[in-house]
Amino acid sequence: MKKFGGKALFLDRNDINTDEIIPAKYLTENTKMALQPFILEDLKLGGFDPRKDIEGKGVIITRANFGCGSSREHAVWVFEVNDINVVIAESFARIFRQNMYNCGMLAIELPKEDIETLFSLGEAVRIGVDLAACTLTAQGDKKAVIPFRLNEFDKKLVEAGGWLAYADKNY
Amino acid sequence: MGKTIAEKIFVAHLRDTPTAENVILDIDVVMCHEITTPIAITDLEARGMDRVFDTSKIKAVIDHVTPAKDSKTATQGKILRDWARRHKILDFFDIGANGVCHALFPEKGFIRPGNTVIMGDSHTCTHGAFGAFAAGVGTTDLEVGILKGVCSFRTPETMRITITGNLQDGVSAKDVILFIIRELTVNGATDKVMEFVGPVVDALSMEARMTLCNMAIEAGATCGICLPDRVTAKYLWPFIKDQYASIDLAVEDFSKWHSDPDAAYAQELTIDVSKLAPQVTFGYKPDEVKDVTEMEGTPVDQVYIGSCTNGRIEDLRAASRILKGRKIAVNVRGILSPATPKVYSQALEEGLIAIFMEAGFCVTNPTCGACLGMSNGVLAEGEICASTTNRNFNGRMGKGGIVHLMSPLTAAATAVQGHITDPRNLL
Repeated sequence: MKKFGGKALFLDRNDINTDEIIPAKYLTENTKMALQPFILEDLKLGGFDPRKDIEGKGVIITRANFGCGSSREHAVWVFEVNDINVVIAESFARIFRQNMYNCGMLAIELPKEDIETLFSLGEAVRIGVDLAACTLTAQGDKKAVIPFRLNEFDKKLVEAGGWLAYADKNY
Repeated sequence: MGKTIAEKIFVAHLRDTPTAENVILDIDVVMCHEITTPIAITDLEARGMDRVFDTSKIKAVIDHVTPAKDSKTATQGKILRDWARRHKILDFFDIGANGVCHALFPEKGFIRPGNTVIMGDSHTCTHGAFGAFAAGVGTTDLEVGILKGVCSFRTPETMRITITGNLQDGVSAKDVILFIIRELTVNGATDKVMEFVGPVVDALSMEARMTLCNMAIEAGATCGICLPDRVTAKYLWPFIKDQYASIDLAVEDFSKWHSDPDAAYAQELTIDVSKLAPQVTFGYKPDEVKDVTEMEGTPVDQVYIGSCTNGRIEDLRAASRILKGRKIAVNVRGILSPATPKVYSQALEEGLIAIFMEAGFCVTNPTCGACLGMSNGVLAEGEICASTTNRNFNGRMGKGGIVHLMSPLTAAATAVQGHITDPRNLL
């Protein structure tokens, strides 16, 4: 199972799409690691600089419909190879969410109010994930403990290390 | 309680129900292209699991960058080609026979009513036009599909979209779907199936239905779906004529997939298209859409006609109506990419290619290339493209470029005038 948690990167926008996360021109790479430098290269977000803002981050916190657009799993791998294994959002595009769990990573959906709480904790926020209890602990200017719901099937995929391992065992 | 078409397909393909929310389905068609499949292949090899569940149910094509533009894309093609040969996948389409997957595979008759279809490509929703459940998936889902012939889904909810009225001349399925996305937003149908019904859909050709379903993903939908009928049966007839004694019997059989009258829908939407104007996107999201009249005069550098949305023969015929006897503006580069070899040769026979070339268009081989900024028409920084494709995301057709999505008719009118133009004025 992967390690979950770390410093948060806040992306304050709805509808961040897969082409912003990893542009199509990099889909010609044949290894996941080769994607690493290109994370969020085309993100349209004022003040965001992917070269500086990614360093040391382990969790992304964002708004609604994250990962919409393409089916490219590269949009998940580029986080994985940058040691970001958790994305917390108000909602996700279906394929992106499924790709995250298929890779044994966490796409956590929270109500809008909880996302607001996370955004209100200041710029330096550290997120801890307790999978057994299904709670997030966010430590910033203040501390917040936020429960989340994890679909039982998705939980099994995370525990198995992804869909391939689970499917190979069960089907 | 009755069932929707998607629910009927789910019941017919149910392999497992790991929770009340999740289902595992048997998959009838697993489709592969050279961008998202090679990593699945190399991963299966590395795990010592280089197997395929059923060679007859796997279809593969090199379509995104073809001919290869550099060593990396040549390698992607080679990985897919070697794998298809190694596993004796007969339905593999390489250069000379290849075309845009979502135009090529339907043309080959691979998709049938009631099928479950997956591909590592978000526009797989196109195939719902045949009354199939067809969903785009990531590489891991594709990998499991190749290996086991199954895929997981959440139990679907369906949104029924009833389309009524009469489309004006110059207004097409592309304008209808752009308008629907404008109404729903890019997140309006997330995790839902969009079922398109009503007199307008009944009267649409299979090609137009594919255009409609193709962009369901741009509203977040898992799949767009049309009820299979006589139009479907006639399109598929060359492939099913040994299976049914008559078209009538095929139509009757297809009707078993139709949603029941008492099926439950998560949402209902009725759209009257009688007053609908041609639609054009602005900005960087496919729900940022305006009537063409509000966008008129916007200058463009390039006009692109092609893709899984609008690169089929009817699209080329539509654009030709405007281009015939006209020249494109001097400041515009026109690019036509017929979506498949069959579309290309049919367009040659019908004299359409000559019309495009006399108008000043460049005609490329069938490929996805320009639509996602990979090859065959990438934009420079600050350039504007009028395009019949499906996404106007930031950087989509080239870093710093801007894309306006529109129908083939509007794209052709725009090419002639050099700026966004209402095609109804040139018909």
